[in-house]
Amino acid sequence: MIPLSAYVALSAILFMTGILGVLIRRNFIIILMSIEIMLNAANINLVAFSHYLESMAGQMAALFVIAIAAGEAAVGLAIIIVVFRGKIATNVDQINLLKW
Amino acid sequence: MVYLLFGYFATVSILAGVLTVALRSPVHCGLALLTLLLHIAGLFVLLNAEFLFAIQIIVYAGAILILYLFVLMLLNLKTEERYLHRKFPFLLFAGIAILGELLILMFQSPYAGAKGKATTEVILAVGNSHAIGLTMFSDYLLLFEIVGVFLLGAIIGAIVLAKTPTTPVAKTDVPL
Repeated sequence: MIPLSAYVALSAILFMTGILGVLIRRNFIIILMSIEIMLNAANINLVAFSHYLESMAGQMAALFVIAIAAGEAAVGLAIIIVVFRGKIATNVDQINLLKW
Repeated sequence: MVYLLFGYFATVSILAGVLTVALRSPVHCGLALLTLLLHIAGLFVLLNAEFLFAIQIIVYAGAILILYLFVLMLLNLKTEERYLHRKFPFLLFAGIAILGELLILMFQSPYAGAKGKATTEVILAVGNSHAIGLTMFSDYLLLFEIVGVFLLGAIIGAIVLAKTPTTPVAKTDVPL
């Protein structure tokens, strides 16, 4: 039996990787991919606790997280297409029209 | 055997996650993300969540990632010279420090809670998909409907955003 803390530690490492990706990458699409990494880390946590606490609630929450992630990816990529069509680069440093 | 599989899935998913963040070309990042998603699906099998395993592969690897790759193909991005943040070493250091703190806290804390009724034997007796279906359409019915409305809104929003804007001004320039 693998201890629950192994799953939790793996999830924490993946979540931190996602946060670092959002912080250090400058490409809009890679930032969205890092958000997917974070959502997956949360999913591991939810499913692991669901298994060890013998309840279906965690798997339900993970399913809804996957549904929300699909919607988020669709809308985020649509925004990227709009920004790119306006001849603004996909580098997030140059997208500063709404800043301040 | 289970330990071996867990070690393999965990190692490869961490490596793929780091590569997703660190690789330069966006297409390579997408492929690393695909590896990460498939290995997390493997972890779901170890946790007796076969339905989520299938959903992870179909929805994440099959739909979301293909969407990313299509957008990458359509946009034809150039790989930039400076693809990392200027304060990248500082941010990396802060992230690793926070991760260490998180892990210390995590290994010190006890994990306990009220156990539910869905034990492994119960789930194996009826099947994982059956158990998930029963729970979803009884306890989580309202949430299910809300997610349906949310997805409809997301689809409409994505179509409205990505639609090519028609310019009625340009049409008036055509001589009659």
